[in-house]
Amino acid sequence: MKLPLYFDYQATTPLDPRVLEAMMPYLTNEFGNAASRSHAFGWTAEKAVEDARAQVAASIGASPKEIVFTSGSTESINLALKGVAELYSDKGKHIVTSEVEHKAVLDTCKRLESEGYTVTYLKPTKTGMVTRAMVEEALRPDTILVALMWANNEVGTLNPVREIGELCHARGVLFFTDATQAVGKVPVDVQADHVDLLCLSGHKLYGPKGVGALYVRRKDPRVRLVAQMDGGGHERGMRSGTLNVPGIVGLGKACELARTELAKDTEHTRGLRDYFESRIFAELDHVALNGDREHRLPNNSNLSFAYVEGESMIMGIKDIAVSSGSACTSASLEPSHVLRAMGVGDELAHSSIRFGFGRKTTREEVDFAIDQVVKAVRRLRELSPLYEMVKEGIDLSTVQWQGGH
Amino acid sequence: MAYSDKVIDHYNNPRNVGSLDKQSPKVGTGVVGAPECGDVMKLQIEVDGDRIVDAKFKTFGCGSAIASSSLATEWIKGKTLDEAMKIKNTEIVEELSLPPVKIHCSVLAEDAIKSAIADFKQKQGQGGDSK
Repeated sequence: MKLPLYFDYQATTPLDPRVLEAMMPYLTNEFGNAASRSHAFGWTAEKAVEDARAQVAASIGASPKEIVFTSGSTESINLALKGVAELYSDKGKHIVTSEVEHKAVLDTCKRLESEGYTVTYLKPTKTGMVTRAMVEEALRPDTILVALMWANNEVGTLNPVREIGELCHARGVLFFTDATQAVGKVPVDVQADHVDLLCLSGHKLYGPKGVGALYVRRKDPRVRLVAQMDGGGHERGMRSGTLNVPGIVGLGKACELARTELAKDTEHTRGLRDYFESRIFAELDHVALNGDREHRLPNNSNLSFAYVEGESMIMGIKDIAVSSGSACTSASLEPSHVLRAMGVGDELAHSSIRFGFGRKTTREEVDFAIDQVVKAVRRLRELSPLYEMVKEGIDLSTVQWQGGH
Repeated sequence: MAYSDKVIDHYNNPRNVGSLDKQSPKVGTGVVGAPECGDVMKLQIEVDGDRIVDAKFKTFGCGSAIASSSLATEWIKGKTLDEAMKIKNTEIVEELSLPPVKIHCSVLAEDAIKSAIADFKQKQGQGGDSK
């Protein structure tokens, strides 16, 4: 085993060798500009892009004409939200989203608020889910867009997308879903799920970084957008800029693999994740699962190890790469906004660690991770005044803390 | 987050971990920070006359917080109360090469020392009154 081991598959994934193989010709000999109509170099590139477009479309049940290539989910989100808001502003200026969205959605919404739009931020359930009833209650006559993630990137909770999509269609409101974490992990079908706009990202599904797509529905209803980048009118005018041909080819191949290997990947990661959790819960007390045990990504495990601070935990398990909801590991020095929105106390948010399992993860690696985690938690609890107090029978919620910040 | 070698050393081999009898009149206990802030330090001193003869700590917090409190116990052992009161958080920052975002860890360690000494003095004062 080569250390450190990677358990941060929600952050990014390694390129699948089959994806690299598909990309290689377009990184070397086939360098044409897909917009060049006057020669074979351009035609070859264009064909590669159109093949990839079909692969991406097939992975989400869309038609190829509904796929717009972008640089990734952040760009797709900006284009979808700002593009829709601008075009439909005559109809209304109200948007519904949730407190647990990715910053790309939250910060785009904040920008729109500063431009005169009104945004409702739904508070999720304790497991991080937004329900159809919550959305229904928030809809107003001037609501133009509902923007909710398919799967949460921190806790992995899956939203009832189909129910929410049905509601939006019944009420004539556009429905955007951030499926960055969902594609390749759970079945996605924009028709059956009533999705109007959807974003996905290459590097989350064993494809390259710097490439993603936005699905824009073409009928029932036909969704229109105001382009956010001016230029040569590429991608049917929705996203100007010379196409990243090798990246797009890689995204196409990655989406094809995500579709054809969905069942295999799901079974593999869920098996390892469930094994990991069963052993952790057997060996350690005071461990809490953050998120929804049932409606959850198969490859995600977000755990709070009470009385152990996340950053010190990460130092203790330095041979495995994971993320924490602890404030100390974020640039903002704020604990996870997702856990906070779910009502997880800041104390447990500081103790949270996200483990991700992927296509390449092995049982041997999981065993190694379990041993590291158990050892680190036990050691740090010996060091923890909170664990000592709890062992003495003190209820921490009744303690008057001093000198905090 | 890149840690200095000294922080890593204190994290891997923390000095003076443990607890002293908080009921003892010779022991002062300081507990500072709050769980929701991600830092709680408990620092205890055992005093003979006006000299700190033993010190123990337990810390819930990041590696820098653990290192700051570990270092604090190392420094105060053998010092008089007055000398220990003079330890400044900036000295801890310097010794451990803490980055700006971790300065609060050193502040907490300084607070923990002062809080333990105050607790000890209060106990002595109360002891005196009751005699």
